Amino acid sequence: MESIGFHELNMANKNVIFRIKRQDSPESKPRWEEFELPWRPGMNVTSSLMDIALNPVTRDGKATTPIVYDSNCLEEVCGSCAMIVNGRARMACSALIDQLEQPITLEPFSKFPVVRDLAVDRSVLFENLKAVKAWVPIDGTYDLGSGPRMANEDQEICYPLSRCISCCCCMEACPQFNESTGFVGAATISQARLFNTHPTGKALKRERLQALMGDGGIQECGYAQNCVEVCPKDIPLTNSISNVGKEVMKQAIFDLFRG
Amino acid sequence: MAANPRIIVVGGGLAGLSATIKIAEMGGNVDLFSIVAVKRSHSVCAQGGINAAKNLKGEGDSTWQHFDDSVYGGDFLADQPPVKAMCDQAPAIIDLLDRMGVPFNRTPEGLLDFRRFGGTLYNRTAFAGATTGQQLLYALDEQVRRYESEGKVRKFEYWEFLSGVIDSQGTCRGICAIDLRSMEVVTFPADAVIMATGGVGAIFGKSTNSVVCTGSAQSALYQQGACYANGEMIQVHPTAIPGEDKLRLMSESARGEGGRVWVPKQPGDKRNPRSIPEKERWYFLEEWYPKYGNLVPRDVATRAIFRVVFEYNLGIDGQPMVYLDLTHIDRKVLDRKLEGILEIYEKFVGDDPRDVPMKIFPGMHYTMGGMWVDYNQATNVPGLYACGECDFSIHGANRLGANSLMSCIYGGFVAGPEAVKYARNASSAESNGCFAAEKKRQEEFNQRLLKSDGTENSFKLWRELGDLMTKDCTVIRYNKALQETDPKLCEMLQRWRHINLSDKSMWTNSTFVFARQLYNMLQLSRVIAQGALLRNESRGSHYKPEYPERDDVNWLKTTKAYFSADADEPRFEFAPVDTSLLPLRQRKY
Repeated sequence: MESIGFHELNMANKNVIFRIKRQDSPESKPRWEEFELPWRPGMNVTSSLMDIALNPVTRDGKATTPIVYDSNCLEEVCGSCAMIVNGRARMACSALIDQLEQPITLEPFSKFPVVRDLAVDRSVLFENLKAVKAWVPIDGTYDLGSGPRMANEDQEICYPLSRCISCCCCMEACPQFNESTGFVGAATISQARLFNTHPTGKALKRERLQALMGDGGIQECGYAQNCVEVCPKDIPLTNSISNVGKEVMKQAIFDLFRG
Repeated sequence: MAANPRIIVVGGGLAGLSATIKIAEMGGNVDLFSIVAVKRSHSVCAQGGINAAKNLKGEGDSTWQHFDDSVYGGDFLADQPPVKAMCDQAPAIIDLLDRMGVPFNRTPEGLLDFRRFGGTLYNRTAFAGATTGQQLLYALDEQVRRYESEGKVRKFEYWEFLSGVIDSQGTCRGICAIDLRSMEVVTFPADAVIMATGGVGAIFGKSTNSVVCTGSAQSALYQQGACYANGEMIQVHPTAIPGEDKLRLMSESARGEGGRVWVPKQPGDKRNPRSIPEKERWYFLEEWYPKYGNLVPRDVATRAIFRVVFEYNLGIDGQPMVYLDLTHIDRKVLDRKLEGILEIYEKFVGDDPRDVPMKIFPGMHYTMGGMWVDYNQATNVPGLYACGECDFSIHGANRLGANSLMSCIYGGFVAGPEAVKYARNASSAESNGCFAAEKKRQEEFNQRLLKSDGTENSFKLWRELGDLMTKDCTVIRYNKALQETDPKLCEMLQRWRHINLSDKSMWTNSTFVFARQLYNMLQLSRVIAQGALLRNESRGSHYKPEYPERDDVNWLKTTKAYFSADADEPRFEFAPVDTSLLPLRQRKY
């Protein structure tokens, strides 16, 4: 964690220096460029990237192109602007300049295909969510009366799980998430738990658990706990993994005896 | 005639996803286009809740009362029948969302909990913590993913709408879009097209809207003949957190749960706010509006804050900010009901609002105007539908808090089936080359932009646009200023033609795409500014000090803008408002 606190007073009249890893296309080689911006109060990484676009010139005076990156809500709820900031997977919009050590390095996620500069292709997560049927199988959208009654305590378990913004920070930080394991990652497992907890969602519990068995499934988790460290929404991912792990085990034994 | 028509839906927020689900359920096929992964759409930012008169608090609430509050809140500018239809549908929509697994907050008995929002005296707002929009969007996203895995929905994410494909009869036959990665321009045929592309926040530079909310798609269609209505009706939310890159919303639910707005009575008071005694604080909303207090509608609260800051010079420490105070509320209650928004304040400002009153100021928030639609969400272009924030219906001159999520879902639930019905009855016609012609038109536009070698930077031009529109076309509107807004916008359009792109590559070129959006923003800005100039009255969010009263004799009218291609400017018509259900009355909170 690089939290060095606020030091606004020392920062006045100073500049902020960025080192940004750039890549023109999925096939091209990455390169580094440095930028220098005048410091202002309240700057964050996305506001800085916008400032660079206003005047795309590197620190040594060379004209360059604006940085390509994903962003949308800028308030850490859409999950778009995930990148590596000073070595840590996190959301760029909530990365406040005053809390970062300089020079500030920005890199694209390393475990997802780079599209351009800091933008990567994270569609694997959405494919994983399809595989575990991360939805409640309702009969239809016509009026079928009220939903199942739910105790306050159950809502308080589901709600935090349902705040996952699909940023993929947990996958980027996980040592097991790589091509050789094919691990689905914490976000998908936690979503499986969310839908297995729902009174109607439970109907697909067996299929979800079976999807998490075998290669690339929950067994690949090495309990490094990096996922829960980097999650910007403080989702209890390791709880979800141990909860679903037990359920998968029970299901596997059940399937074995049932033949 | 197609039994299983193919419908294009543009936009994957609540409205677009709602339409998609209905179409898939009816056996249609959907091509769903979105600039971002649909799960990252702007609906995710909605915080406080969603309105439905379920009357679960023994208050005698009713769907009629919801309708009355909404029409009155919108200062009688909305055509009333669709508002009533939405309010009647709302309780069933909440039940459906509950069945889809939205983790709504619960009462001790396990039933849905409701809280109070602005512009009503009833607890009518269902909520999932303070991230209700996120939870609703996810529930719909999950249902669409289910249809996607069954092959009924094809997603085109990272594609941007460029224009409609309109045949020689004036019928919409499909769309032209650009792949935001390969930059390839492609046309797509469809039996009907539904627009669900949200608001226009980017026109105002910094707003509470997301980056994609440029209004570019609506503007493109307006330039192709679609009518744009009540463009001048722009909502400024009273409580946003001023920021470098955007104005982050601080939900009305903070006041719904008891938050109080105040300033120190003494100008420039530098004391720690918590040490300022009660009698030295001015709770101006509670004093001016004893019945509704801190929960007056947004336009009223926003003007009150402007008055306190700019007329009384009582902004905190002389700055344009007032306190929004939650520190008197139990921390456990705050965590259970408002955690999501408190976390935003903590992360982006660095103070804990459980301990320190928040500093807030109004910010551009919602687009009441939009594409004109009839009561079936059909635009004036056959085959083209619109729903959600991008259409003009439901909210009139001011939207009530927590009505937007409901209007998006309601609009999608009407537009989807209506588009299917239209497609099933439409006779198939030859396209007569309209696809090739539209593709050529867009590619030529792109080539001109890529070859332009002036000196303008599109991002700098955009900042100027945002400053101009925020100054002239938000909270207080002066005709003298508005008379100069349009010439300034024309000058910016001229400068736009001299943009020199700092990136001319043809792979994931966001600079190029933004310059295209900017052109459409400028064209739509003229509709907003001229509409504001023409409407000589004050109604809802539209306030002119020179004409401080609502003028039903002259201005109980829908502003309808059409693009005159020859003159390259908007042409205005005014249509009567359908007030067949609720008689007019003075709006006084």
